[in-house]
Amino acid sequence: METIPVEHGLILAGILFCLGLIGVLTRRNIVFVLMSLEVMLNASGLAFIVAATRWGHAEGQVMFLMILTLAAAEVAVGLGLIIQMFRRYQTVDISVLSEMKG
Amino acid sequence: MITLFYLAGAIAVISTAAVIVQTNIVHALLYLILSLLAVAVVFYVLGAPFAAALEAIVYAGAILVLFLFVIMMLNLGQHTRDQERSWLSARMFVAPGIMSALLLGQFLNVMSQIDQDMTITRVGVMEVSALLFGPYVLAVELASILLLAGLVSAYHLAKK
Repeated sequence: METIPVEHGLILAGILFCLGLIGVLTRRNIVFVLMSLEVMLNASGLAFIVAATRWGHAEGQVMFLMILTLAAAEVAVGLGLIIQMFRRYQTVDISVLSEMKG
Repeated sequence: MITLFYLAGAIAVISTAAVIVQTNIVHALLYLILSLLAVAVVFYVLGAPFAAALEAIVYAGAILVLFLFVIMMLNLGQHTRDQERSWLSARMFVAPGIMSALLLGQFLNVMSQIDQDMTITRVGVMEVSALLFGPYVLAVELASILLLAGLVSAYHLAKK
């Protein structure tokens, strides 16, 4: 029987999550921010799959399916917002949105 | 199989790092597809073939194609690429890099105390679908309502 240490899988998920976090914090192009968010969601899905493998259950895969659905809905709405923002400001720079003050 | 896990993990990390330092948006998208496919290989090695197939079909297939359509619609030219290059200095990465490294260091510290092996057992489509249409049928319905809401709001937001 082949075994992999469970922490290696979780560490891979953690590294991917932190790379996505760096992307969200540094990039000013809103399309890159959305792509980094996808990376973070994907990393959390990987953590669920690792947990599912650790306990030999299928529940982790069910949870991964829910995350997949969430990511699809989120990216559809986010890309719609990006198109609307580009129409209004002719740029993908997120700092133009800072004038939106209450 | 175990070497495949580490190889695919290394490819995923490297291509994700390439995504966040790219200036050309289409190149970043291609690196992201590579990263997602590598994660799909990791899923397959971990004994989740259904999740691996969905990762390749839904993430790398559908969501990334959606990104590609929007990039084509926006039609960002050379101007945006130059702007992107001027924004992306090494100085920008210092503070977020340090903060994320601290977070990752704490995480690694916690993880190093775990000492458990996972035995790879294949959990196939049948077990997952028996759960999906058994005890979790309400979650499936809610997910479909979420997708419908996403569809309606994306249509409304992208309309002129």
